[in-house]
Order: sequence, then structure tokens, then C-alpha cells
Amino acid sequence: MSELGKPFRDGEVIVQQGDTGDCMYVVQKGKVEVLTAKGGADLRLAVLGEGDFFGEMALFEREVRSATVRALGDVWVLTLEKKSFLRKVQEDPSLAFRILEKMSHRIRELDIALEEAAARRSAR
Amino acid sequence: MTVDQANPAQENHSPGLRLDDGSRVAVIGGGPAGSFFSYFLLQFAKRLGVELCVDIHEARNFAIPGPGGCNMCGGIVSESLVQNLAAEGIVLPANVVQRGIDSYVLHTDVASVRIETPLHEKRIAAVYRGAGPRGSKPTEWRSFDGYLQELAVGEGAHVVRGRVESVSLDGGRPQIKAPNGAPLTYDLVAVAVGVNSSTLKVFEGFGIGYAAPQTTKTYICEFFVGRDAVEKRLGSSMHLFLLDIPRLEFAALVPKGDYATLCLMGEEIDKPLVQAFMDSPEVKRLLPAEWNASPDFCHCSPRINILSAVRPFADRMVFIGDCGTTKLYKDGIGTAYRTAKAAAKTALLEGISANDFRRHFWPTCRSIARDNQIGKLIFAVTRQVQRRRFARRGVVRMAAQEQEKTGGRRRMSTVLWDTFTGSAPYRDVFLRVSHPAFVAHFVRNALAGSRPKEIQSS
Repeated sequence: MSELGKPFRDGEVIVQQGDTGDCMYVVQKGKVEVLTAKGGADLRLAVLGEGDFFGEMALFEREVRSATVRALGDVWVLTLEKKSFLRKVQEDPSLAFRILEKMSHRIRELDIALEEAAARRSAR
Repeated sequence: MTVDQANPAQENHSPGLRLDDGSRVAVIGGGPAGSFFSYFLLQFAKRLGVELCVDIHEARNFAIPGPGGCNMCGGIVSESLVQNLAAEGIVLPANVVQRGIDSYVLHTDVASVRIETPLHEKRIAAVYRGAGPRGSKPTEWRSFDGYLQELAVGEGAHVVRGRVESVSLDGGRPQIKAPNGAPLTYDLVAVAVGVNSSTLKVFEGFGIGYAAPQTTKTYICEFFVGRDAVEKRLGSSMHLFLLDIPRLEFAALVPKGDYATLCLMGEEIDKPLVQAFMDSPEVKRLLPAEWNASPDFCHCSPRINILSAVRPFADRMVFIGDCGTTKLYKDGIGTAYRTAKAAAKTALLEGISANDFRRHFWPTCRSIARDNQIGKLIFAVTRQVQRRRFARRGVVRMAAQEQEKTGGRRRMSTVLWDTFTGSAPYRDVFLRVSHPAFVAHFVRNALAGSRPKEIQSS
């Protein structure tokens, strides 16, 4: 029995906010937390599990990493390099379906969060 | 299996053969090609809001250890396929991956060199196609083919157990007779029976222009070495051999749990060739001193294709995986994924006539077949390297020097990696090998490696 990818220990940083990146990652085993620095503290944005990916913005933009991703317990993560992945998508565009689905899902979640925040503000 | 030859498939070039709500699809063969095809067909159908009925006809039970549940293959999921599956959201479970491979060791008579995967990750999966070798504990392993079939079933496919008894045409639609059942009529049949099945002869006689791939015999054996010895002697590396043994193109020893899988490829592998390989000092050095190959070890001599099938499609019929085309010597599972997905996309998005498959499925097969032509050239060069000691020295010296350095371009290492793991098209490998800088580095290393001082120290 064996895992694929690279192991990270609990608390180990996989992606650092502000760093430049040229790859995305897929969680093979375990969980990771997505954090953003706010007022000197880390604000948890999401917890991702097996099959989830992160760092995908680096495939489409040349911006720095928008969040930090840290291992929650022992984790195995597989790296997909930008160049080879984009070449694969060029050969088979449907390979990007899942990323588009996830990104669409995240936009929907953000819309809901924004609506809730606006509702809270108007209720004050 | 028999086919109703009195009523051969008539090709229909006119548009209109399509899969719609309620269409029925048969997949003959539940190995990787059949399961990938079913999985992607149903996934695309779901996205488009089309309801399909997909039956996978498979005689094997992948939960049974030994030949009864095995599709006879070395069981390597390539770096490229592992990455594609990850992007598709398919994570191979730890009990399917017998060992994650993070490097390979190239063994020659002059020296051995270890080459790490990019980023030092375990990027290749060593798997069992069935539930493990004959004699292994049934609960210990999980079959790769069984796992893929579960994925297809998870998307809504039905598995029809048993060998297909006959295929015929019912008003132009394929009809399949399964054991103990009435004939079932389908809108489309995907044939995914590999090249080790007599079924292909039946389709050749179907009058659709299909000719099965040309094949050669290989040899696969599962050696029980013991978990500790596998860890100590083989580690998480795939061991490749570049030995000057006539008719042997390629040999690999792959660590898996308690076992090591030996794969020999070349020209009609037979017992004397296997013995010559096992007796070579490079192999003996790698295996435990007290270890002996038992004649009882689970082994097989499957055929692999060396020339793609002719016209692997017809109206309402498509041949995927090995029985259509596959990458020469490497990445058979990865090619099954590519051809299965191309067929599934064509069937759902374009149509199921011969013309649809020719325009949208055949280009994938053709590109693999053309790449294989370059692959043959690369393996011809590899054969020359195998036969010439100075060339073997040059290869090992150049790769070893690249591995010692922390930076710089790893020309030989990446060429060896991609050639022997099937991670990149042969065309890419060929372009890199033809680069003047590669040739210059190789010649310099071959000359330097032939100096008396270096020969004495190796």
C-alpha cells in the first residue's frame, strides 16, 4: 500500500501567500487548510480533502499566491506543473472541465458569502 | 463467440447516428479501456443532460488473485496518466497503489545510475491489474481494473458478468448475446478486449474493414521476494536493464508489496531468453543472494501490439485500448485512457457513424501510431547502445554526472526517463536526442568513458 505525490507533515506550509508559483497541487491523501493573513492573524478560508486541488490560479495568472496552504495532519500532495498541464489541456481541453467546475463552484460560494455579508451590514 | 456474418455491418456515412436519451451502449471488456470509456461517456452524458444505459460485458472477476482476475500486464500507471487522473478528480487509493515510484535505476554491465523523478515525488504507480499474483492473500490487494470498474459503476454503468457468446446485427444495430440471457440490442458497441482475446478474429470477419493489431509475445512474472527484501533491494525505484542480450529490447523489475514484477519485452520472448536475463550478473546482484526463482511463480506471456489495428471503427462500433492502438512497449494503460476518452467524446458530442469516428476518434489513434514509428527508431538506437560498450558507458556517465549536479539541464536523464517510463511522446524524445548539444555531450561522455583510467575505475 502506497501513496502518490510528496508527503507533508502536520503544520508544514505547502504554498506560501505572496510567493510566485508555476504549478497546482492535488491532495492525494489527508487534508489541507487554506489561510489568508488578516490583521496579523491567519484567517481560514477553506479545508480541502482528497481529490481537491489548490494553486490553480497560477495556471492562468502570473500573480503571486493569493493564500497560504498548510497541511492538516499528514498529507500527500501531487504537483501538476503549469507547462506540462497546459500542454495536456491543449491536447484534450476537456481535462480542464473539472477545474472550471470547481472554480465556478467557488464563485457561487463567494457570491453567497457576499450576499450574507451585505445582509448582515444592512441589518445593523 | 460467434458473429452473424450473413448480415455484415453496412457503413452509413450519412449523419444522424447519434446517442440520445435512452440510447443503449455495450462495452465488451471491462479492463481500463472499457471502464474509462464507460466512465467518461456517462460523465459527458450527465453534463449534457442525456440519459444513457451502459452495459460492461466482462467475464473476469478482478477480486480473484491470479490469472482468473488479471488482465496480464506489468501494471505501471505512468507519470502522465497519474497527473491526468488527478486533474480528472480520480485519486488512486493507497490499497490500489502497491508502490509509488519516485525514481528509476538504469542497470548496465558497466555501471548503474539512479535517476530521480522531477520534484522528487512519487509520480508513478505500480499496481496489480487483478487482485495480486496467484497465491497472494485475496484481501491484501485491490485490483486497479476493479477500481476503475467501480468508478464506471459509480457513474451509472452496469456490469454484465460472463463471456459474450455472440455478436450480430439487428436491423443495423449491434446485438449481443450474454450467457443465460436473451440477446440485447444496442445503439453502440465499444470493443475493449485487448489483443489476447480470440474475439478479435470474430470482428475481423465482420466485413467492416477492421484488422487486429500485429503483436509480439512478452513475458511477465511475479517474484515473491518478501516485503523487507523488496524495500531493501529495490526500494521505490523501477529497475531498468540495458543489457546486451539478443532479442531483448527492454527489461524492468518493478517493486510491489511483497513481490517484484519482471517485464521482458523484445522479439518473441522465450524460456532461453528469460534464463539468459535471470543469469546476468546485473540481475543477480539486485536480488537477494539466497533467492531462487521458483517455477511456481505466477507468470504469463501476453501479447502486446507492435502495429496498430486497421480501421478501428465502423458505424455503431469502435475499438479502444490495445485492440485499436497503443503506445509501443510503454504506457498501455495511459493509451487506453486516451483512446477511450476520445471515443467517448466522439460518441456523445459528434455521433456514432463510421464517419464521425474517422473524423474525431481516428486522429487520436493516428497520432499514437505515427509516434510509434518514431518510437521504433528510438528503440533501434537503444539496441545499438545495448550492443556497444562504449555507448553504454557514455549513457551512464552522462546521466550520472547530471544527477550529481544540483542545477543545469538534465538532457540524458530526461531522455532516459521519458523513453523508459513512456511519460512523453517518442517525438519529443527524438527531438531532444537529435539536438546538437545532446549529441555533443553524449560523444564527449562516450569518449571520456572509454579512457583507460575510467575503464579501470568503473
